[in-house]
Amino acid sequence: MDTANSYTRTAIGLHWLVAVAIVGTFGLGLYMHELPFSPDKLKLYAWHKWAGVSIFLLVLLRLVWRLTHRPPAPPAPMPAWQRRAAEGAHWLLYLLMLAVPLSGWLMSSAKGVPTVWFGVLPLPDLLAKDKALGELLETVHKTFNFTMAGLVLVHAGAALKHHLINRDDVLARMLPMLKKP
Amino acid sequence: MKSLQALAMFAAVLLAVPAAQAVEFSQLQPARSAVSFVYKQMGVPVDGSFKRFKGELRFDPAKPEAARAVIEIELASIDTGFAEGDDEVQGRLWFDSKNHPIARFVSSSVKPLGGNRYEVAGKMSIKGRTLNVKTPATFSQSGNAGVFEGTFVLKRADYGIGEGMWADFGTVANEIQIKFRMAASAAGK
Repeated sequence: MDTANSYTRTAIGLHWLVAVAIVGTFGLGLYMHELPFSPDKLKLYAWHKWAGVSIFLLVLLRLVWRLTHRPPAPPAPMPAWQRRAAEGAHWLLYLLMLAVPLSGWLMSSAKGVPTVWFGVLPLPDLLAKDKALGELLETVHKTFNFTMAGLVLVHAGAALKHHLINRDDVLARMLPMLKKP
Repeated sequence: MKSLQALAMFAAVLLAVPAAQAVEFSQLQPARSAVSFVYKQMGVPVDGSFKRFKGELRFDPAKPEAARAVIEIELASIDTGFAEGDDEVQGRLWFDSKNHPIARFVSSSVKPLGGNRYEVAGKMSIKGRTLNVKTPATFSQSGNAGVFEGTFVLKRADYGIGEGMWADFGTVANEIQIKFRMAASAAGK
């Protein structure tokens, strides 16, 4: 395998693990919000929060890995504006991957429900109960989420465009099974 | 004139001190009292409270055995920490507050435990069930009010609070910590 033009196995593994977790937790968030009040709803909220905390920690790990391992260079014939856009979009994704769980945690805190990771490890309850602040943070959490969902679609669309139109290895280096022998 | 006023106040304070020791506290002051609770849902402690309650509280520090307390809590005034929860607990599975709008505590005995500590025993009636309960309480005086404060654990299943799909303690724990502060002003004030 051409190591200079590929992500490390760790980077690939973390990318897909976090991708699946984010899509699942986002979907769970949309679903649970509409449920009538029930024990299942309380359970799903708890699981959603546990998943969010886990994603936050995995993203921190990804960030450390990203800063200590040089990612492969973009394919040579790419216009400069696309390089800059790709670079910017990736950092914005990292920012949102951290900001989304953070905003959820703070929202929960302001709404008077502390977060206890997996029902065992209590996170600091930073905000006092405050209805208005809780509602504001709910809007922030939602806005961050939909911004990220939009950006993820652009991210996936760009990867597909590279694969199907430019026919370069941008998608394959994150999805080694697509690699041509 | 100022110094004369000060002297008069000083004299009033001196006179008031011995009087305060023999006073009986008898008027429950809802505004200075509180009934709150902590319950665990999915392992997370959440605070709640009741906004409206009334009752009578008679207590003479010199004769604790003659003390009497009747507290009536309006269950519809609950704040569970969730707007959805406030509606849910009015239903049949929880308080069934349409048929049982009031939770009532009637004391049967107040035992001194030494210092300002007492053990208050009595009967708690919720949702048509009446059970004996006991709680430690401390008594303190603040201004012209006597204040009872204490915490005890109530098991919701004992009263059928949270039945059916809510009976599982994994989602909402059985043990509910109840905290109370009951302030009563001195008689005639």
